[in-house]
Amino acid sequence: MASSDLTILVIDENKLRASVIEAGLREAGHARVTILHEVYGAARRIEALQPDVIVIDLESPNRDMLEAMFQLSRTVKRPIAMFVDKSDQRSIEEAVEAGVSAYVVDGLKQERVKTILDMAVSRFNAYSRMERELAEARSELENRKVIDRAKGILMKTRGLSEDAAYKLMRKTAMNQNRKVAEIAQSLVMAAGLLGDEL
Amino acid sequence: MSGTGEIVAGFMPLSDSAILVAAAELGFAENENLKLTLVRETSWANIRDRVAVGHFQAAHMLAPMPIASNLGLSPLPVPIVVPLAVGLGGNAVTVSSALFEKMSAVSHVSVLDAAGRGRALADVIAARKASGEPMLRFAVVHPFSAHNYELRYWLAASGIHPEKDVEIIVVPPSFMADALKAGVIDGYCVGEPWNSVAVAEGTGHFATVKAAIWKLSPEKVLGLKKDWAEKNEEALHALLRAMYHAAVWCQEPANRFQLARLLSKRQYLGLREDVILPALEGKLQIGGGESADIPNFFVPAAHHATFPWKSHALWFYSQMVRWGHADGSPTNQALARNSYRPDIYRAALQPLDIPLPEADMKSEESDGVSAFFDGAQFDPENPLA
Repeated sequence: MASSDLTILVIDENKLRASVIEAGLREAGHARVTILHEVYGAARRIEALQPDVIVIDLESPNRDMLEAMFQLSRTVKRPIAMFVDKSDQRSIEEAVEAGVSAYVVDGLKQERVKTILDMAVSRFNAYSRMERELAEARSELENRKVIDRAKGILMKTRGLSEDAAYKLMRKTAMNQNRKVAEIAQSLVMAAGLLGDEL
Repeated sequence: MSGTGEIVAGFMPLSDSAILVAAAELGFAENENLKLTLVRETSWANIRDRVAVGHFQAAHMLAPMPIASNLGLSPLPVPIVVPLAVGLGGNAVTVSSALFEKMSAVSHVSVLDAAGRGRALADVIAARKASGEPMLRFAVVHPFSAHNYELRYWLAASGIHPEKDVEIIVVPPSFMADALKAGVIDGYCVGEPWNSVAVAEGTGHFATVKAAIWKLSPEKVLGLKKDWAEKNEEALHALLRAMYHAAVWCQEPANRFQLARLLSKRQYLGLREDVILPALEGKLQIGGGESADIPNFFVPAAHHATFPWKSHALWFYSQMVRWGHADGSPTNQALARNSYRPDIYRAALQPLDIPLPEADMKSEESDGVSAFFDGAQFDPENPLA
């Protein structure tokens, strides 16, 4: 593997995402990968590691600290922000959109690290997709729970069947141009306020 | 959409984002038919990168940042213009309670006496050196920040070399108070509310304030990519007028409570109003139960606070050269001077029929008194003198 001799440092406060990226790098044949979850006290680690490439998430407020460290340190090989070659505007945008930034040691050929960044970008995107899907699934589950509770309230207070209770909520939702889950939520809240919740 | 345009602006959650927040929230942008959307960021590096790739058309920036970008000193450098300053002042230097105690043992003078406080710190540092103690460590928010340059200015004018006698590192604003508490740093220079946070926790004292080091001094600016600014004059002018009106509103004492409440919202600073309000009013708790009225602590609009003086850009340039952050040359001097664009400011505000400064540069002196605590003169025509 041509690029497997590179030392790569991944700084990401999100431990799960960091391990997803680490796995990707290892699969691509990079054996020298180190993960750090915070920049605090990272100076010594960076000095010891002398990484060729540093990948950091954009959510981290520590980017300013990291950049200053590169600027001030005399012992660290000078990493510079990736994309100094502005010809590749598209990959800069893709990285920033994905929420990732990279620094490479000055003088390292861009082609050698392009694949690393591309991999990080796609893993970041895959991770946010996964997170979004998880959030959607979670809210779907919450919705179902609240609808079930609202149905129970209607069944008890109005003496309706489960089916009739659901149809009533759906009709109300359609009339008010809202979601069934929203109607159910208001119903549960109202019942809670009135003190006759199940 | 009909109107003057749409602008997405990035900001950092600091008290001086007030002008942008007020412009977007209180109808000032709307009055100009401008759709202004604000996006909160977590680092100045992100602001810089997202302006560079075009996610943000405008951004809240540290005053020296656009100069650094125009001089090619920052990663991803693109030409940036500054058509408006986002107020004056707003910072303080906070030191740990332990360090403050040592300084007070030397002499106890007012927080407004930057020279006296500087001398006390110099004495403490000399004593530490004599007894072989490690160097004190201070933090600023970014290398290319007014914080870094005013801290260095204060230290140097007090006889403390900012590289040989102390260490200066970079720490994000919201981590400053924690770093002080943990003993990682002995002091820091930051904007509000991050000094008050350390005071409230009982771990820090104000050593001095920006308003005492350099009266009515520049702090943050509005920065835009030069090519975007040139192609979107109408939207830019609308933004500048909206921000001007917002700044005047922020300056009005009667509006400060509402402003503190607005900034306290989760999407802005996300901190309690009573933490934000003191800096807006200039009535601050400075540590040890002491409070102080600090004149012109934060000035959003008065004294032409939003005017982008070219002489301010040149002062930052002079300090960048002084500390070896930039090379002094006629080319660099011109690049620095032209980073700030009072011509755009005047063109945008001309319809408002308000008094505007005619000059692009000013001396930092009024009634024969220097605005710098050490009485120094700054000649913008000869900034490296």
